[in-house]
Amino acid sequence: MNALVRDPMIWTDVGAVTDVPVRGARRVPTPTGDVAIFRTGDGRVFALRDACPHKGGPLSQGIVHGHAVACPLHNWSIDLASGEPLGADKGKGCAPVVPLRVEDGRLLLGRG
Amino acid sequence: MPREKLVVIGNGMAGCRAVQEVLKRDPDRYDITIFGAEPRVNYDRIMLSPVLAGEKSFADIVINDEAWYRDNSIELHAGVAIDAIDRAAKVVRIGEGIEIPYDRLILATGSDPIRLPLPGADLKGVVAFRDLDDVEAMIAAAKPGAKAVVIGGGLLGIEAAYGLSRRGMDATVIHLLDVLMERQLDASAGFLLVEALAAKGVATILEAQSEEIVGQDGRVCGLKLKDGRVLPCDLLVMAVGIRPATSLAKAAGLIVNRGVVVDDALTTSDPAIYAIGECVEHRGQCYGLVAPIWEMCRTLGEALTGGAGTYEGSALSTRLKVSGVDVFSAGKHLGGEGCEDIVFRDAGRGVYKRIVLEAGKVAGAVLFGDAADGAWYFDLMKSGEAVGDFRETLVFGQAATEGLRGLDPSAAVAAMADTAEVCGCNGVCKGQITGAIASQGLNTLDAVRAVTKASASCGTCTPLVEKLLKLSLGDAFQAQTGPKPVCACTHHGHDTVRRAIVEDGLKSALAVMQALEWSTPDGCASCRPALNYYLLCAWPAEYRDDRQSRFINERAHANIQKDGTYSVVPRMWGGVTSAAELRAIADVVDKFEIPTVKVTGGQRIDLLGVKKDDLPAVWADLNAAGMVSGHAYAKGLRTVKTCVGTDWCRFGTQDSTGLGVRLEKFMWGSWTPAKVKMGVSGCPRNCAEATCKDVGVICVDSGYEIHVGGAAGLHIRGTEILTKVASEDEAVWAICAVTQLYRENAWYLERIYKWMDRVGLDWIRSQIEDPETRRALYDRFAYSQRFFRIDPWAERVAGRDSHEFNPLSRRMEFA
Repeated sequence: MNALVRDPMIWTDVGAVTDVPVRGARRVPTPTGDVAIFRTGDGRVFALRDACPHKGGPLSQGIVHGHAVACPLHNWSIDLASGEPLGADKGKGCAPVVPLRVEDGRLLLGRG
Repeated sequence: MPREKLVVIGNGMAGCRAVQEVLKRDPDRYDITIFGAEPRVNYDRIMLSPVLAGEKSFADIVINDEAWYRDNSIELHAGVAIDAIDRAAKVVRIGEGIEIPYDRLILATGSDPIRLPLPGADLKGVVAFRDLDDVEAMIAAAKPGAKAVVIGGGLLGIEAAYGLSRRGMDATVIHLLDVLMERQLDASAGFLLVEALAAKGVATILEAQSEEIVGQDGRVCGLKLKDGRVLPCDLLVMAVGIRPATSLAKAAGLIVNRGVVVDDALTTSDPAIYAIGECVEHRGQCYGLVAPIWEMCRTLGEALTGGAGTYEGSALSTRLKVSGVDVFSAGKHLGGEGCEDIVFRDAGRGVYKRIVLEAGKVAGAVLFGDAADGAWYFDLMKSGEAVGDFRETLVFGQAATEGLRGLDPSAAVAAMADTAEVCGCNGVCKGQITGAIASQGLNTLDAVRAVTKASASCGTCTPLVEKLLKLSLGDAFQAQTGPKPVCACTHHGHDTVRRAIVEDGLKSALAVMQALEWSTPDGCASCRPALNYYLLCAWPAEYRDDRQSRFINERAHANIQKDGTYSVVPRMWGGVTSAAELRAIADVVDKFEIPTVKVTGGQRIDLLGVKKDDLPAVWADLNAAGMVSGHAYAKGLRTVKTCVGTDWCRFGTQDSTGLGVRLEKFMWGSWTPAKVKMGVSGCPRNCAEATCKDVGVICVDSGYEIHVGGAAGLHIRGTEILTKVASEDEAVWAICAVTQLYRENAWYLERIYKWMDRVGLDWIRSQIEDPETRRALYDRFAYSQRFFRIDPWAERVAGRDSHEFNPLSRRMEFA
């Protein structure tokens, strides 16, 4: 590996993992709309664009269960890892995944 | 040719299982005689703990009843002690010169509880925890409020203390070391266990050495510790371990170390004598758990029917049988040289998992709080599968791991080997279950239990057995009758869940999910809000609301709109407002540039299009003018719509406005299964439209008609008359009582009219018209209101849950 090759992603520290409630979410406003950061019951974190593929509902306001979130508007279940709807709504669009890293308990959100 | 004589000493789990294993292979080979020291048939000793706790009866834990002995022509001598074994004559002696000859003899004498040689150990009220007699002695002593001390914080001691606590005793566990169950748990899990037991009413004292059992009039009255403390008690249980029962073998001249020494064919030093179970020492190891016994019995069954089975020792796993405290341990639970640990903790859920790896394979596991994957780790440990490929998800369990490998959980069940054990209590493997389903056409859980005994004892493997049914039958299994499950996470219906919460004292969603074996780690968007409601309804003082299980409107205390903004509805008691309130509302609308102001059907004002970040400031201004949350977002009391009644109306018969205001001021903030709207009309002209509300009042000259079960939404329904009362006080009592009955009895999201259709108006009326029941319902409602008649807006203005209304970070806002 060439040490001079820079990570093309710009990472921004947006807070501590513990700032996000377990089985909950927080949002991070960006010029292109909110990003939702989720923390699951088993302690993992995920980031998606905060808009349901159905009618744009704010996913950050939904109930987090397992590795999924139920959209607060019409209860679509969205897979947190892929942003894709689960169950009967499978294949109907996707909430884009946003790059997220955890370092020393801090959440780093990426911008390509 | 005469049949060979097989004599078994021991009518316990090992002795009878060995006989079953022989009969299974060659039912006609032997004349079988079984001697048992206890005067009863064969029962499941590991289920004594649930019997003590009152969760099972003796009949539930009988493995083989009298018919079994009869049907298999087995001679049972129950309650008979063997005096000696004469190996030269090949006979066993009982009593006065009675000799029973044998060709082959099985020793299954089990073990004896160790009794500490403390002064006072022979006092009345000092018992061990080994057999049904001990359990009966404990139950007899277990008067509510009496005190019990259990010496020994191992598996048995903890189960004994829990059982006694369930029987109403004040139970304390004394443990010599600083970690409970140190042979199975590490310090972290031991700590969680102490906390979990405390929550169940069992106290723990660690690093406590017993010195003397104190008595009075020949009965135990306390335990004195080395440090001088004296713990008063009415019952003292010694659960400090077991010792193989070897005296008979020793006297017969067999080789005995700690236990009766056997080889890999389970033969003792006399080739005609075999030994199995807890009395045995095999390769230097003695066992005190059930799984090795089953494995020994299988081997012995082979050996006694002409096969060549060998027993090579057992890997051990342990589960604690305390309802709602999920503990699993297997293998090298403390790790050690060359081992590495993967640890997962979730303090919120009280979960701790530690997976010990050695050379890339699972070498041990400790699971606390969530032990659903215990069997999976144990299988990985026994199979020695390399886990490097899925190391990252290993600690999250099978579902997460299989999910990432592209398999769903049913595929994981399908992938299990036919020889993989499903039911540890009864030693039933997958192949036996699927075989029985196919060959005998079984299609219900109960049928599988009846035929194979799988999941018939402790029930931990019920979800797995159900998955096997689903796998074998597909949709045919779904067709099972019974109440509709709460959601896909469980097979239990709402009523079962509500009853378990109250009767088993379950006080957290996790406890419910553990106790009722939820199939998902943390439920789903359907069951979590339901459980949250059921818990806060059952335990208003103790339960802490789980905001992450609230639908967004109840979490944000406002109604989400299609564009992600919110609407705000302040309470207007009975639909009455004032110039000051209207002026404050107008000011808020201007200040926060709220786009729409709308009058609602419930006689209030709705402010639509409020940005989420503005909510606390909007509420602060409304609070300042004396207004509180209208709960327009809640599964709870919404509005009480009124007409002007005797204050102004020339037809009014009673003070309908006053009653409406009084009801709303007393009942606001209460959570209910679904929304509750009320109305009070001052005369039968019904201007407040009370007869299409969930609860309505029609005032008449002679008093108040209380109506219930109206609806004017998806369904249009007129109310039915519940009762008629003469005074305003009685009207309030009846309305609060019927609301409380609905709160305690209905299913989550079930409106009153649907609940009424299900349980029947007659039943509801019988409850409300009985003065004592009505009074008790009213009292419980009033008690609950002490905790919920609080303005959630004011709490949030004061800073509670501020993260809800602020973004995590603004650092990327303008980048």
